[in-house]
Amino acid sequence: MKMTVEFDICKGCGLCVTACPKRIVEIQHEKLNKKGYYTAVCIDQDACIACTMCAMMCPDCAITIRGGEK
Amino acid sequence: MPDFNKPHALTDIPLHYCPGCTHGIVHRLVAEVIDEMGIEGDTIGICPVGCSVMAYDYFNCDMIEAAHGRAPAVATGVKRANPDKFVFTYQGDGDLAAIGTAETVHAATRGENITVIFINNTTYGMTGGQMAPTTLPGQVTQTTPYGRSTDVEGFPVKVCEILSQVSGVALAERVTVTDPANVRKAKAAIRKGFEFQKNKQGFSLIEVLSTCPTNWGKSPVESLEWLKENMIPYYPLGVYKEGAIR
Amino acid sequence: MERMLMKGNEALAEAAIRAGCKCFFGYPITPQTEISAYMAKRMPKVGGVFLQAESEVAAINMVYGCASSGIRCMTSSSSPGISLKGEGVSYIAGSDLPAVIVNVMRGGPGLGGIQPSQSDYWQATRALGHGDFQNIVYAPSSVQEMADYMGKAFDMADKYRMPALILADGLLGQMMEPVVFEDKEIKMSDASGKPWATNGHGNKRPHNIINSLYLQADELEQYNVERFKRYEKVKEELPELESYLCDDAEIVVAAYGSVARLAKAAVEQARAEGIKAGLARPITLYPYPEKELKAACKTAKKVLVTEMSMGQMVDDVKLALECRLPVEFFGRTGGVVPKPSEILAKIKTMKGAE
Repeated sequence: MKMTVEFDICKGCGLCVTACPKRIVEIQHEKLNKKGYYTAVCIDQDACIACTMCAMMCPDCAITIRGGEK
Repeated sequence: MPDFNKPHALTDIPLHYCPGCTHGIVHRLVAEVIDEMGIEGDTIGICPVGCSVMAYDYFNCDMIEAAHGRAPAVATGVKRANPDKFVFTYQGDGDLAAIGTAETVHAATRGENITVIFINNTTYGMTGGQMAPTTLPGQVTQTTPYGRSTDVEGFPVKVCEILSQVSGVALAERVTVTDPANVRKAKAAIRKGFEFQKNKQGFSLIEVLSTCPTNWGKSPVESLEWLKENMIPYYPLGVYKEGAIR
Repeated sequence: MERMLMKGNEALAEAAIRAGCKCFFGYPITPQTEISAYMAKRMPKVGGVFLQAESEVAAINMVYGCASSGIRCMTSSSSPGISLKGEGVSYIAGSDLPAVIVNVMRGGPGLGGIQPSQSDYWQATRALGHGDFQNIVYAPSSVQEMADYMGKAFDMADKYRMPALILADGLLGQMMEPVVFEDKEIKMSDASGKPWATNGHGNKRPHNIINSLYLQADELEQYNVERFKRYEKVKEELPELESYLCDDAEIVVAAYGSVARLAKAAVEQARAEGIKAGLARPITLYPYPEKELKAACKTAKKVLVTEMSMGQMVDDVKLALECRLPVEFFGRTGGVVPKPSEILAKIKTMKGAE
């Protein structure tokens, strides 16, 4: 798991979605968090290159990136 | 490949800002610079009145809440008594460029060794979207319902342009956070400001063009587009003044 | 002991430095400008900071910042300037910070005049700024007291974590008298003993926050209630009043500051003419020395309040005496200084009317 979104911190603003060069971040529309937002998710962890661009654009520090050992 | 974690200089308290508000990005950039310079224990931050009024809860360094517009005067008081500490203010456009114009300009003329983070989103966000000193000509706000008329409300205040003429200024730079590349540049500018402060080389101000999706009535992503199309032409990005004054 | 001949404003400034005041933030206004000028000369020599701000508003907010970092600091101004400082004083009080403000009063309202006055009594004791708060008010009456109460103001501001005001007037500020200072090494204050100070946590403690914003009504109420509990202590411990010839006085003159000196001359003259007059001089205007005033008036039949104002202290005197004695007023205002002969004439009229 490279990119994780803290479920209850995310406000679903979508800035990470536009920032992702791999187009693998989406706003899920299945489950609301405790603040009442649909949140961002990474739909393909294997495709994630840990470029951190989504996290850079996140206004809520909701995104953590683990670049791995490489 | 790099990791990305929340900087230590930010507390664990969730930010209260509206979804997509770029305050959060700028908070993080300031905190990252504080972390990277290892100065959290020696930094005192001053919050304004406006949306970021509660920033004292978000930064892990010592924090002071100032009266509307007075942050540069409060910062001066802290800095003069504690010249070896780092002092920054974090202010919006109403706070800095309307009610606090005198405090801003005079802290700059004195060359106070402080760093001012100036959020320009062309609106008074906290009170619900009234005209700010930086509201663009024609822009509709709660108090300019027919659009800002320069005949009636005058022209937007261009803070970096004004400060570029002030001798005490070591750094006046305008940046934005519309995309990762600009976020990187914004962080570099903030770092530069703190470095000037570290070396006691004068007043530094970093103006960050920001969004207010809620009061602009746009989605966070549309807001960034609006910023690029409307604000950047009026408020060109770049360095307006750079160089140690002492 | 060091004995010097000084202006009241200068003695006050020197006393502040000797009390460890490290930073002075000023703005020119008559008749207090000597304080700034003295500080500008002296502060750099003793390792302190003098800064002329861009406005009174900026100066008091510099005090707010400096006091937040736990450093003894002050500002001074005169009446119109004090109105501008109201914002900052309220924030200082709301954030429980110690700081000293000096008002060398001149005539008002508005731009008023530049002659001495006491017409900021209400402002000083009731509403130096918005919100539920009080500040200590000392009213010195001589150049020596300008010095003595300056030091005390810093000590009490620190002790109770609240702003303290020195309420002087143009007469006291400008007059020259001998003043004695204790021999004491000048030591600029630091933040020691102030664990709440925002001076950088040094990675040794959680971050401190200086703030007066509480959006939850219950929380704000609680802070205000706690602050007023502290004021109860202040009211017990701080009241001061000088009582002169009051033991058998039939007419007690209540006056503070420079006017008390004029009243004293009138009282002495009245005594010489066989009238049992006395002087009760409140030194603290907040807390008001109610018990002390009542004690000074125990043999009195009438009380005369005399001020350089339209009678702003009269209500406090009536409250202290629970309206049990007739209280009359004689004052001059707008910068006119009452003559002892005028006060004496009023005493005689009151005596004659018995």
